[in-house]
Amino acid sequence: MAGSILEKGATAPDFDLHCTPDQRLKLQDLKGKRVILAFYPADWSPVCSDQMAVYNEARKLFQQHNAEVIGISVDSKWCHLAFEQDRHLHFPLLADFEPKGEVSRLYGAYNEEEGQSKRALFVIDEQGVIQWSYLSPDGINPGADGILEALETMDNDQH
Amino acid sequence: MSTLKPPVSGSDRQTGHPGAPVTLVEYGDYQCSHCGIAHPFIKRLLAEKEKDLLFVFRNFPLQEAHPAAYIAALAAEAAGQQGKFWLMHDLIFEHQDNLDGNSLLSFAEALDLDLQQFAQDWKSEALQQKVEADFESGIRSGVNGTPTFFVNGEKIDYNETYESLLHAVERVAQAHR
Repeated sequence: MAGSILEKGATAPDFDLHCTPDQRLKLQDLKGKRVILAFYPADWSPVCSDQMAVYNEARKLFQQHNAEVIGISVDSKWCHLAFEQDRHLHFPLLADFEPKGEVSRLYGAYNEEEGQSKRALFVIDEQGVIQWSYLSPDGINPGADGILEALETMDNDQH
Repeated sequence: MSTLKPPVSGSDRQTGHPGAPVTLVEYGDYQCSHCGIAHPFIKRLLAEKEKDLLFVFRNFPLQEAHPAAYIAALAAEAAGQQGKFWLMHDLIFEHQDNLDGNSLLSFAEALDLDLQQFAQDWKSEALQQKVEADFESGIRSGVNGTPTFFVNGEKIDYNETYESLLHAVERVAQAHR
């Protein structure tokens, strides 16, 4: 039985992964910002590509809520680079490549059978606490409405 | 289930029969080939369903994937300022493989638009805001790619066939009889 994904209230596990062939990104580096962590099964597959294209365009809406989107899959840093260049993606894609799927597992978002990340979304607040999470069926692109609603709820809770 | 936010209003570009029992909304991108495939389906649906159907188009340009999508959306909106939104909309989809600043301007010429006015509107802040607002409404409505269709406010399953649109429209039309 596969475990479930981390939920609201959990501390977001830190990571330290390649975001480009010569740069790494830690969750800690993003303290003070909200982070949208989007786990997805694979670069290039049709559903993921649509999902990342929509997030690429929705970045300006996320940024209005002090949030940055980050994609993460088990693809390698070179695969991510080619995918980013081909699709003109302007946000980081993290390579959960070695040890494979380690970070995905920490978030409960690893599909052991397929050997790839599940399609799971996490909205993490400025202090590194998960405020919203969502697991989508692999074949279904979850869009960005849930993310935006979560960010707005966080705004309201602050005031 | 994803629902349309905000609902259709007077500020939406609409064609077909006002007050029809069925309102079909498309979130589309002028440079998206799948939207190009759907375009003749919509024309056929409007012709066949006549009094039963109102069609609304909202912009969802994926600018990074489709470099001309945004200027094409603005060109259609600018033509709309002169009452020719749908003529421009059709021309753009019919020439989807050839979209850039020059071709869009030539469409404006072909439609006999006031070109000075068109050029001004094409770059106007107000129309950019309209296109951005359409996009944001799409995100809020759960649009995750183009084209995405809503029938009377509910997202429908569209599988790139005319029949899938037809069935969704007929189901609601029949419920109103």
